Amino acid sequence: MPLIPHLPNSVGVGYKPQHLDDILADSGSVKWLEIHAENYMSAGGPPIAQLKRLAEQFPISCHGVGLSIGGERPLDKDHLTRLKHLINWLKPASFSEHLAWSTHEGGFLNDLLPVPYNMETAKRVADHVNEVQDTLNVQMLLENPSVYVAFAASTMDEITFINEVVSRTGCGLLLDVNNVFISGTNQEYSPEEYIANFPVEHIGELHLGGHIKDQDEHGAPLLIDSHNDKVVDPVWTLLDTLLKRTGPKPILVEWDNDIPDWSILESEAARATTALEAIS
Amino acid sequence: MSQIDFAKALLDNERPTPGGLIDPKGRPAGKRFDVYRNNVVLSLSDALSDAYPVVQKLVGDKFFQAMAGVFVRQHPPKSPIISQFAPEFPDFLAAFPPVAKLTYLPDVARLEKARTEAYHALDATPIDGAALAALTPEQMSEAKLRLHPSLYIISSPFPVFAIWQQNSDAPETAIPKHGQDVLIARPSDMVEMRTLPPGAADFLRALNAGRTLGETIEFCEKIPLFDLTENIGGLFESNLLIKIES
Repeated sequence: MPLIPHLPNSVGVGYKPQHLDDILADSGSVKWLEIHAENYMSAGGPPIAQLKRLAEQFPISCHGVGLSIGGERPLDKDHLTRLKHLINWLKPASFSEHLAWSTHEGGFLNDLLPVPYNMETAKRVADHVNEVQDTLNVQMLLENPSVYVAFAASTMDEITFINEVVSRTGCGLLLDVNNVFISGTNQEYSPEEYIANFPVEHIGELHLGGHIKDQDEHGAPLLIDSHNDKVVDPVWTLLDTLLKRTGPKPILVEWDNDIPDWSILESEAARATTALEAIS
Repeated sequence: MSQIDFAKALLDNERPTPGGLIDPKGRPAGKRFDVYRNNVVLSLSDALSDAYPVVQKLVGDKFFQAMAGVFVRQHPPKSPIISQFAPEFPDFLAAFPPVAKLTYLPDVARLEKARTEAYHALDATPIDGAALAALTPEQMSEAKLRLHPSLYIISSPFPVFAIWQQNSDAPETAIPKHGQDVLIARPSDMVEMRTLPPGAADFLRALNAGRTLGETIEFCEKIPLFDLTENIGGLFESNLLIKIES
């Protein structure tokens, strides 16, 4: 049986080892956890032991950050094998990855890099998504990116591109609401319109996170996806609008840098729980 | 523009922003592309700093950041597993002219690298001394002792363990004038380290290479000051023995 995403329609957070004791003592509004797959690919050691313990108590979402699905080069077969091993023992409730690339001939760049939106790229991304789904025996969720640049070579908007990939692969979607706000601001399109047009029937999970405000050399706003702060009010408003379209969905709060005390992260999860309850 | 061109420009600030990258008004992306440049170099520099905190303390934060910028552009990770990032860093330090006078620095980095590798090594359950004591002298001589997969030994002409301690959890540590052999292992949750007595590094390496206990002892007894009882005891005190093959 393939893994079909089945996270609960409640709130999770990105797991950080410094929160382990707090989570085990009282996870509060946090009902599930998301891990970055690449942090659990060693031969052994305490991180894997911790994850095994957490997986006995919480549904786990396995979120890849290194597959480079948008890459021009073939997918890394060794990395797919490592993912397969992780998914086989962890039995996560969901597997997701990014519409982005991160690896080139010289190595891994540790960032989520953008792709042009045209038919050539859509076919390549769809081939890679199909290979991932076939190899891992999963229906994966593909996440919309936060982007800072546009490509002269793009011929379609992001939603048209995503629809093309979905129709070629049957994958599900992870909609990052913070990324919609960042990309909409940076690319001067309306985040509200994006949310109104998004193919919500394929959504398996939502992401929320914080960002940094900057400006480009022309004084235009430039938002940077830093995952280092609270979710901003306009993103909470977008979430409310989106939830009216989707109904209840699994929601994740991400906080990867300048990691706060558990109580602060938990209060963000509580706010997301309130948003979910408002439409239930 | 291919992703190869994009990647080359990411790792080289001297290169212009790749063509075909634009802002929403169609103007060339300048600072917008620099966001990716900064993300790549900063995130990899942070990963290097996480892996080599004592090297960072020894050279200072500002110098380390600048050096990390040079290193990560030359040696981006070979895989997306960031805990395995920068195994080349000790050798890089040994060949990096600005730190040539800090002759001990590459070995301190080797110690930190071994700590990371021990932390993520395969798990195994240590056994106690009873199994060895139960063997006849002949069986003992023929036995092969399997040591914990997280075991690393760093032999340095510098007092690397003392330098490491002084710059991490024990600032009052005195620095001896002689070199040190250091044992690094993670028999359970914590990475443990200690200095080794004379001959112990050779003793452990011989066992790890698959020599029988008899061959190992014959070899090590030629080493001045080697103490067999102390070394066998050390195997159990450090929970290093996981299997006896006889």
